[in-house]
Amino acid sequence: MSGEKFKSISAADFFYKNKEIAGFDNPVRATYTIMRELVENALDACEQYSILPEVRVKLIDEGNSIYKLKVEDNGIGVPYEQVPYAFAQILFGSKYTLRQSRGIFGLGGKMAILYGQITTHSTVKVMSSTGGFEKYSYELNINIQENRPVIRRKEVGPNPGRWRGTIVQFSFEGDYIRAKPKVVEYFKQTSILLPYANILFVDPDGVLYRFDRITDVMPKPAEEVQPHPHGIDVEGVQRMINASRSSTVLDFMANNFHRVGIATALNFLKSIKIEPQANPKTLQSKELLTLVSRMKEYDEFQPPDAQCLSPIGTDLLKAGIMREFRPEFVAVTQRGASAYSGYPFIVEAAIAYGGNIPITPPDEMSVFRYANKIPLLYDLHSDVAMKVIKKINWQRYRLDLSTMPVAFFIHICATKVPYKTVGKEYIADRPEVEYEIEWALKTCAREVKMHLAKKEKASIVQRRLTVFEKYLPLISRFATELAGVESQPNVEKVLKRLQTHAKEVEQRSTPQAE
Amino acid sequence: MQKRLNKEVLPKLNELGTEIYRQLEGGEFPRIKLPGRTTSNIIFNEELNQFILGDQKAVRSASNIKQIRSLTQLLWVASFAKRLVSEGKSSTLRDLYYHSLNYGIKFREQLESDDTVADLEALMTEPREAFNIFPKERSAIFGDLSIEYTTPETHKGKKANLGSNPDGVMVGLSVAQADFLSCSANKVFVIEKNAVFRRFIEERVYEKFNALLIDTAGQAPRLARLLIRRLNLELGLPVYLLTDADPWGMHIAMVIIRGSANAAHLRELTTSAARWVGLWATDIKRFNLPSFPLTKLDEQRIRLLEWDMRYRDFEWQSELQEFKKTKRRTELESFSAHGLTAIVEKYLPKKLKMIADMS
Repeated sequence: MSGEKFKSISAADFFYKNKEIAGFDNPVRATYTIMRELVENALDACEQYSILPEVRVKLIDEGNSIYKLKVEDNGIGVPYEQVPYAFAQILFGSKYTLRQSRGIFGLGGKMAILYGQITTHSTVKVMSSTGGFEKYSYELNINIQENRPVIRRKEVGPNPGRWRGTIVQFSFEGDYIRAKPKVVEYFKQTSILLPYANILFVDPDGVLYRFDRITDVMPKPAEEVQPHPHGIDVEGVQRMINASRSSTVLDFMANNFHRVGIATALNFLKSIKIEPQANPKTLQSKELLTLVSRMKEYDEFQPPDAQCLSPIGTDLLKAGIMREFRPEFVAVTQRGASAYSGYPFIVEAAIAYGGNIPITPPDEMSVFRYANKIPLLYDLHSDVAMKVIKKINWQRYRLDLSTMPVAFFIHICATKVPYKTVGKEYIADRPEVEYEIEWALKTCAREVKMHLAKKEKASIVQRRLTVFEKYLPLISRFATELAGVESQPNVEKVLKRLQTHAKEVEQRSTPQAE
Repeated sequence: MQKRLNKEVLPKLNELGTEIYRQLEGGEFPRIKLPGRTTSNIIFNEELNQFILGDQKAVRSASNIKQIRSLTQLLWVASFAKRLVSEGKSSTLRDLYYHSLNYGIKFREQLESDDTVADLEALMTEPREAFNIFPKERSAIFGDLSIEYTTPETHKGKKANLGSNPDGVMVGLSVAQADFLSCSANKVFVIEKNAVFRRFIEERVYEKFNALLIDTAGQAPRLARLLIRRLNLELGLPVYLLTDADPWGMHIAMVIIRGSANAAHLRELTTSAARWVGLWATDIKRFNLPSFPLTKLDEQRIRLLEWDMRYRDFEWQSELQEFKKTKRRTELESFSAHGLTAIVEKYLPKKLKMIADMS
């Protein structure tokens, strides 16, 4: 081994050499991933601060497979001095707290910019303002070997309109023509989950895709929380100790972990026989290992709670589905918070029936999957949601997926989404997650079943009434002719009896819970 | 119906309308009961020697989604009949079907409206002819019979001789209801086929055998059956029936003698004294006639007739057995193989003698 030379490589260099792992394996995929990452950053910049999102995206064909992308948002803006790091240094801004957001470190956006730089040798232009008196423009490159931003040009100007937001613009090599179906589908599905956002996309052919806000209501933003003791590893704890100013293990536990207070920490430390008053910085690595491994096993910790999550809520989910599909009926449900490995998560689901929902063959079912508000467009058949859908006996709910217009919507929000791969494509079948999805869908299915039963009953009763209303006047007329009298008998009495009867039937048919 | 004015059905129709009217005014769902015409309610009556309806009743109620339509249809047919009778007009089953289209009364096909007319017949215990509703006429009569019309008003009192037209005279309502003035014939030949009927006229059978000739053109229409019955009962003429030698032909004869199940709700259409003179299954051998194999359908029909109450008499059964044995059938025209006049000169005298010997 002596001939081998070891040298550290920068994070930027690492991604440069391994770009396929983040979804940049080919120009088609890269086009989709780049657009998605930038749009997600734009939406996060708005939603985390309860700003109603206005996101405009423009893609221009510059020839030779080069495209120029411009994404504009009205989000919180990036502070003047942080712009170079936020856009041209990989892994900037790592944090020890957790909350639900689309991306964890803003990594994807920077990967996209890096990909643009290495394929077109051009700079990224960023204009931003936090809404103060100034707005500022940068032109940046990434120094790949040293993972550091290179400022090519910078300019500060007045901001008389107090504009706030960020505009990012850069070029990359891609293939929009073949990426188009996925890109358009991405915008469509994103808008379903975000009925409070205005999203505009102009594609290279000049086609405008516009998704208008239909409500001003937004879900509450996720709060940052400390990590839960069930969801942390030795490296994480070591870093937290290094950053902590606590002088005792007891304080360290009580101050740095989600749902851990003095009492819980004391009980826990006693049970693993670590001196509560010990200085955390002097813990032996063996003791540290014990601490962390016992933390994962200890079941007296309170489960994580969901304040760090930002579910979309049943009303908004319903509104989004209604806008896109105008279904005849939609059942929406939100499960209570649950957790896997110390990461809290919430499952929301909906089943829509009829309207513009298409009838699909069994292998192309309408299943809309979201994780932390990101639509998942690839690998449906590997996803846990599909596993659950295949498992459920839909006949029990009077649903026949191959002949009925049914669509499924599943949103999982979590501080850490259990993706199976780096590319945010599908969700692993964690038993806790599977269980929640199954019950969410079954709850919706029950409602759909009740709707269908009600509809069937109502249509039978209505059909009967129509028949009676058609024939009774005729009977009355012919009877009058036969009897040879002048005026017709009053059929209202009989019709009234019928209508009362119809109402009774309807009430009787009001479905009971299973 | 022959002698009475069909104005007599008017009070019955009025009664039906009044009852429905009363039910509606009282806030009730109108309903009526009529004799059931299902197979299980059709019984052979020995005394009348025909099929009659049993005691089962069918209900047509407006409260039943499945019956309200047929109740409406029945009442429409009744009101249509009332208009026909009171205005002295007449109509055919086909015509009635087309009329219904004007009234929002949907009959799916003519079979349905025909069936509703049968319902009215059963309910009123009157044949449709009493309501001036007639099937398509196709039977004809020829021979020396003088009649005086009783209907319609325009022809009332006018006289006619049924031998005056060499094509035969169509048996319609007016002929069937006419008064018989005089008749020189002493028997009636009823023939299933128009071709043979014409041959009989050409061969002057009416003279040679002193007979009236009736062409039923297949299964005898009701008016023809009524006329045959009247000739038999009022004028005392023996009736001889001539059909093809196959299960369908013999059934034409049977329906004239003992009636059809379809008309089980009606009386006074049968002529139980009529005699079937042929062609019998045994005639094929007896007269050495050209013949054809029975079809599958023929054989099915024979098996069905074997169990029919009307066929229980020995002569009928033995003919059915002969069909089963020989599996051959033939037609009246087959006599032409023995020359144009063979049927008249050889067959008829011989068969009439056989019949006379048998009884």
